Amino acid sequence: MHVSVRDTDWAGVRLHVVTGKGGTGKTTVAAALALALASNGKPVLLMEVEGRQGIAQLFDVPPLPYEERRVAVAPADDGRPGGDVFALAVDPQSALIEYLEMFYNMRQAGRALTRLGVVDFATTIAPGLADVLLTGKAAEAARRKANGSPVYGAVVMDAPPTGRVSRFLNVSSEISGLAKVGPIRNHADTVQKVIRSGQTAVHFVTLLEEMPVQETLDGIAELKDVATGGIHAGGIMVNMVRRTWDDLGGDGDSDRHERELKVALKAVGLGEDANLAADLAGELADEARTERTQSARRRSLDAAGQPCYELPLITDGIDLAALYRLAKALREQGAA
Amino acid sequence: MTAKKIQLSIDKLIDDRRTRIIVCCGSGGVGKTTIAAAIGLRAAERGRHVVVLTVDPARRLAQSMGLTVLDNTPRLVPGVKTASAEGSADGSEPDPPGSMHAMMLDMKRTFDEIVEAHADPDRAAQILANPFYQSLSSSFAGTQEYMAMEKLGQLRRADEWDLIVVDTPPSRSALDFLDAPQRLGRFLDGRLLRLLVAPAKLGGRTGLRVLNAGFGMVTGVITKIIGSQVLRDVQTFVSAMDTMFGGFRERAEYTYRLLRTPGTAFLVIAAPEHDTLREASYFVERLERDGMPLAGLVLNRIHSSSAARLSAARSLAAVETLQGLPESDSSTLAITALRLHAERMRQSAAERRLAERFTAAHPLVPVARIPAQPEDVHDLDGLRLIGTAFGD
Repeated sequence: MHVSVRDTDWAGVRLHVVTGKGGTGKTTVAAALALALASNGKPVLLMEVEGRQGIAQLFDVPPLPYEERRVAVAPADDGRPGGDVFALAVDPQSALIEYLEMFYNMRQAGRALTRLGVVDFATTIAPGLADVLLTGKAAEAARRKANGSPVYGAVVMDAPPTGRVSRFLNVSSEISGLAKVGPIRNHADTVQKVIRSGQTAVHFVTLLEEMPVQETLDGIAELKDVATGGIHAGGIMVNMVRRTWDDLGGDGDSDRHERELKVALKAVGLGEDANLAADLAGELADEARTERTQSARRRSLDAAGQPCYELPLITDGIDLAALYRLAKALREQGAA
Repeated sequence: MTAKKIQLSIDKLIDDRRTRIIVCCGSGGVGKTTIAAAIGLRAAERGRHVVVLTVDPARRLAQSMGLTVLDNTPRLVPGVKTASAEGSADGSEPDPPGSMHAMMLDMKRTFDEIVEAHADPDRAAQILANPFYQSLSSSFAGTQEYMAMEKLGQLRRADEWDLIVVDTPPSRSALDFLDAPQRLGRFLDGRLLRLLVAPAKLGGRTGLRVLNAGFGMVTGVITKIIGSQVLRDVQTFVSAMDTMFGGFRERAEYTYRLLRTPGTAFLVIAAPEHDTLREASYFVERLERDGMPLAGLVLNRIHSSSAARLSAARSLAAVETLQGLPESDSSTLAITALRLHAERMRQSAAERRLAERFTAAHPLVPVARIPAQPEDVHDLDGLRLIGTAFGD
């Protein structure tokens, strides 16, 4: 299926926040989404905020400094060349120094404060501060302009896991204990405007497993809750989806399956092995059970009312080719 | 030295009465909590008095152990079959009956309890009401790990159980469990924190006047960034906690030492996937470097086939033959079954390759293999089923 650029589900979104339970492949999906978005021809910034250097590992480049670096080029689409994907690893300390420099012109002082451990200290005793600085950087990049037009077509943020994401994004209330007035307050308010606008969407990465599905549903409910209201839930990206089978023989009459298999195995010269039919029937039943559980989970995800996208399981490790494949799947399903 | 893998027998580990603590660690989503619970149940049914400390169990897993509330108290798990009830098959003396308790960690409550135990009631109330303390105890990075360690120390000191099984917090990285307590301890003990509380003390000594002037600048900047209220909260908190800091460090060090004793066994849990195995490798190296007693790797959710004698290639060849037959002799069901089987065989081979890569890098680390379960565990029987793989 071919989907043109105009048909994507998130056309007005400039900041894509990607969250998910640990182990669901959040970073991989964020990277695939960045590639998919860059296929529209404009550069995309992929940023991480947890100091893990997950992006560098994924794209097989040296650890990223606090600097936007090109890590990949999106595949061409529609005969149009793909855009570049830039990556940035943001840490609260560097963001704070940059911030001090921007507003107080205190680059040197900022460095001295770092040496004294003050910057570390400030971001440690006020957890909300680090969040403001990190989300602030994302909002800034999403709105940055050069010669009157946006520098990036979109910004994709590999955000903290589902359990922490609404607190992370809900900077306004986090910061309420901090300075009531002054530049940080203003900064927080500006960031909130971006985060709560239609320009930002929070996507959830999940697997078809119990815990990740539950956390996704909880996370979406939390975003829709009045307290955090105004932050837009985006798509549900179901990752590592295994293929399904058309005909597993319906509901489990194992004996009948075994008899049918026995006849067929005999016909292809595998009739000697007396237990083979039973063993294969067992595998069919196992698979049917797994599929039943998984489709129940799909239904509960569907019920959340957000668009769902499925990404195939890739067993040989994620390299650039695999990321391209995932990006293509996202585009085909209208996510980018 | 050969690269042949060494089998890890979890049963031997839990049957050894000298094993007092089992720490299950590994990256998120590998089934740590399930394995911890299965080990707890298995050990209890083999005669040990076990407490399982879980951090963030799936709802149904918690229910399977009879846990419905997060209340920070070990609860007796009903339905555990005691060893003596089954009698002993080999005619030897039956084991005395075991028992299993389970609890979910409430990190804030654990922190509150430390405060209450170490300060007089007035001061404790003052600390608990402090906004900075509240954010520290409920949302600070590392608090959960710190409190898991603290709880472990408490359970060990209580000496009511002869085996403690710990499920580590779902950290972004498995290594956080070891680092976080010290990081938080360092922070609470930090020089800067103390300076902030008592800047006046420094002025008395002439040599420090300059520092004091610089310090004014520092507080100025901090105030500008985080606001004076936060700074005041921190200052009140620190002066209220002052007498407790030494205690904090001591407790963290006690638990850290406890983890290094031979009575402790670390199990690194991983699924047969690239990322979690890479994380497992890091963890193994880190444990070795720190001199922590590593018992082995638990490779969870291994796929295998009871028809492994039929290879993927032969299975697919049979599909082709079936497709060539007239429709009346063919069977869609058989074609699906054979294709499914071929895929299982391929998956199982891929998993084996990943496991072999780990073993080649860590030839001396014993490995236990736990088969994938078609459904989530939702009762003790499900946990028991996992336990049946502990003996091999």
